[in-house]
Amino acid sequence: MANARLYTKARHLSYQRSKHVTNPDVSLVQIEGVDNTEDAKFYLGKRIAFVYRAPKEKNGSKIRVIWGKVVRTHGNSGIVRARFRKNLPPQTFGASLRVMLYPSKI
Amino acid sequence: MSVLESKWHEAQPAPVPRKTNKVAKAYKARESLVPGAVLILLAGRFRGKRVVLLKILEDNTLLVTGPFKLNGVPLRRVNASYVIGTSTKVNVSSVDVSKFNAAYFARDRSTESKISEEELFGDAKPAERKINDSRIADQKAVDAGLLSEIKKTPLLSQYLATPFSLKKGDRPHQLKF
Repeated sequence: MANARLYTKARHLSYQRSKHVTNPDVSLVQIEGVDNTEDAKFYLGKRIAFVYRAPKEKNGSKIRVIWGKVVRTHGNSGIVRARFRKNLPPQTFGASLRVMLYPSKI
Repeated sequence: MSVLESKWHEAQPAPVPRKTNKVAKAYKARESLVPGAVLILLAGRFRGKRVVLLKILEDNTLLVTGPFKLNGVPLRRVNASYVIGTSTKVNVSSVDVSKFNAAYFARDRSTESKISEEELFGDAKPAERKINDSRIADQKAVDAGLLSEIKKTPLLSQYLATPFSLKKGDRPHQLKF
């Protein structure tokens, strides 16, 4: 199914941080169309993918993925915290992520 | 005495396994996953396809079929985490699924042929994979009953043939599936 989009778009905002200290283990993610905590709860546990192109082929493809998952909500405006298997690099602030629809609860 | 006496005395009594009252909870599928429900597959080679749930198997997987004639999804096991249950239902009481269990879908390793060196590096083409005739017959038998039931509802066959996809502005947390 080349045409079926089965993920919601999201944005990598920043790391979890205080004024001076950043915590790259946890990324803050804004999911499209989500602006309160209640709605954000729908996405808890969902898998997130950061898909990017790299100059070198690996396993016959230049496309690579960093997988993670939505861990919990963050604040009151629908932002969520996510953890990735490899921390997302800071260049990805502002980049688009894919929030998959699985594991599904519906 | 028939049993040889030990030459030493056990310093500590033999450990007795501790009794436990814990019992593994039986799997219970979500409410939306009842036989006859139309599901949307979320991952794998059939992602986006709408399929009919026939049965929940004993290994906690879901037995689904396209039906094959409508959207190309054969009788198949899927994991409930990778599925959205919709409110659309098909009456599957007339479909006999008693013969399907986890063992039916288990892979038969003995008949799997090894790839020869010739095939891998030489020009020889690998033998074409054939689908078991009994599988085809089972698929047809299940589909026949299901298709006659699907035909009773207008537009249902077209619905099943159309893959699901999120469109611009669709919010999964607001959608009623």
